[in-house]
Amino acid sequence: MNPVIVISDADNVATALEALSPGTVLDGIGSVTVRDPIPRGHKIALRAIAAGSSVMKYGSPIGVAIADIPPGAHVHTHNVSSARGRGDLTRHDASAADGRIAEPPDDKGNP
Amino acid sequence: MTPRPITFQGYRRPDGRVGVRNHLLVVPTVICASVVAERVAAAVAPIGTALPHTAGCGQLGPDMHTTHDTLAAYCGHPNVGAVLVIALGCEQVVAQHLANAAQKAGKPSQIVAIQSEGGTVRATARAIEIAREMVAALAQTPREMVDLTSLILSVKCGGSDYTSGLASNPALGRVADRLVELGGSAVLGEIAEIMGAEHLLAARAPNAETAVRLLRVINRVESEAMALGLDIRGTQPSPGNIRGGLTTIEEKSLGATHKGGERTPLADVVGYAAPIVRKGLTVMDTPGLDVESVTGMVGGGAQVVVFTTGLGTPTGNPIAPVIKITGNARTAVSMADNIDLDVSGVLDNRETLDAAAARLFDEVVAVCSGRETATERLGFREFAIHRRNPTI
Repeated sequence: MNPVIVISDADNVATALEALSPGTVLDGIGSVTVRDPIPRGHKIALRAIAAGSSVMKYGSPIGVAIADIPPGAHVHTHNVSSARGRGDLTRHDASAADGRIAEPPDDKGNP
Repeated sequence: MTPRPITFQGYRRPDGRVGVRNHLLVVPTVICASVVAERVAAAVAPIGTALPHTAGCGQLGPDMHTTHDTLAAYCGHPNVGAVLVIALGCEQVVAQHLANAAQKAGKPSQIVAIQSEGGTVRATARAIEIAREMVAALAQTPREMVDLTSLILSVKCGGSDYTSGLASNPALGRVADRLVELGGSAVLGEIAEIMGAEHLLAARAPNAETAVRLLRVINRVESEAMALGLDIRGTQPSPGNIRGGLTTIEEKSLGATHKGGERTPLADVVGYAAPIVRKGLTVMDTPGLDVESVTGMVGGGAQVVVFTTGLGTPTGNPIAPVIKITGNARTAVSMADNIDLDVSGVLDNRETLDAAAARLFDEVVAVCSGRETATERLGFREFAIHRRNPTI
């Protein structure tokens, strides 16, 4: 069994199918060295992901890096933020909420 | 996939629809009649099944309509052979309207009202007497060979983890695609769990109008969540999802949306518990909460539900069989009582996705012909009507 799975060529993270220990070298996905303990089912960075850029899985953005993430690092809620449903970042204004217009998402999948 | 049976043993209904179960539905009009309805249904279980709910009064406008329409939809549902309405007498939901919904679908229906019957003891005794007669009549209804074109499959996921998007949801998506190719239909709910994957579904709409309707519903739900001034991560993904490795709602959605198939056209977008009338994939406006979501999709006409789970969940439905599948090998063992099908072999190369999908397809056909699911065996029959507005 492969210890990780990469779903799409566009992805910059892989999913661990078993717990990974630091120092382990993962071959077949560009030789990534595991930096952090990765619990089974969690994600590992395949390459450097700069703060502010998209984390990609399933070939689509799953959120935004909130810190520089080096290859081999654990990728989860401590270094990735959702771009959706962030009422905490929005000063609520009823007219703004009601006035949102449905537009097709752009090519990054953002509405 | 190899050729598969395209018929099953179902119940033909007078209105042309086809059921996979033949329940006596005991419907309380209002929360005040719910306990009586549950006692009556328990006396004739498992054919008898109740719809205990917390509404039926104290509601205005849209919520009142949703309550009434959902209850009426269950009264007309093809998995129901007969309806017994339990009323209190002073509530908003009108018992006769529910009985009429059953009659319109060609089903026998009766009403017992607690206030006019002279209290709960008399009402319960009278209703059980009527229920026994109705169940005896239902036992005479034969199953007949029917084809799959009459099936509406509800696709659902809950207690998701990293295996859901990799194994169980893609397997279910292949079943949805195959069913639609054979002339059936599928319905996908949980609007919040499309957030971040809507571009993939919108691309499958046959026209811009359907795509825009999908995006409008998603924008409305996202706006409602944001209007609370909070990060949606408080509930999406759920704490269990996050422990299971899912980081954001986008990631959860991209995995979840697989269960609606890969190529089936997005045929329609409908409101909560509204009739599913188009072939192909219908998206229904339901919340992510499992029981409210399944309640709505079955109300829309789905006769069978396939529910994928990573962490394991028990919930079912009062009238529709709910098939539980997992891609998590540990959950398949640790929650074996609650799981019908294990597709974890997809993740360690013991089985291909196509083979897992073929097994699931066969399971759906067998369950539609009468095979009992884990939820049915264990008596999980949860029912909850979605509400948006305050109780008045």
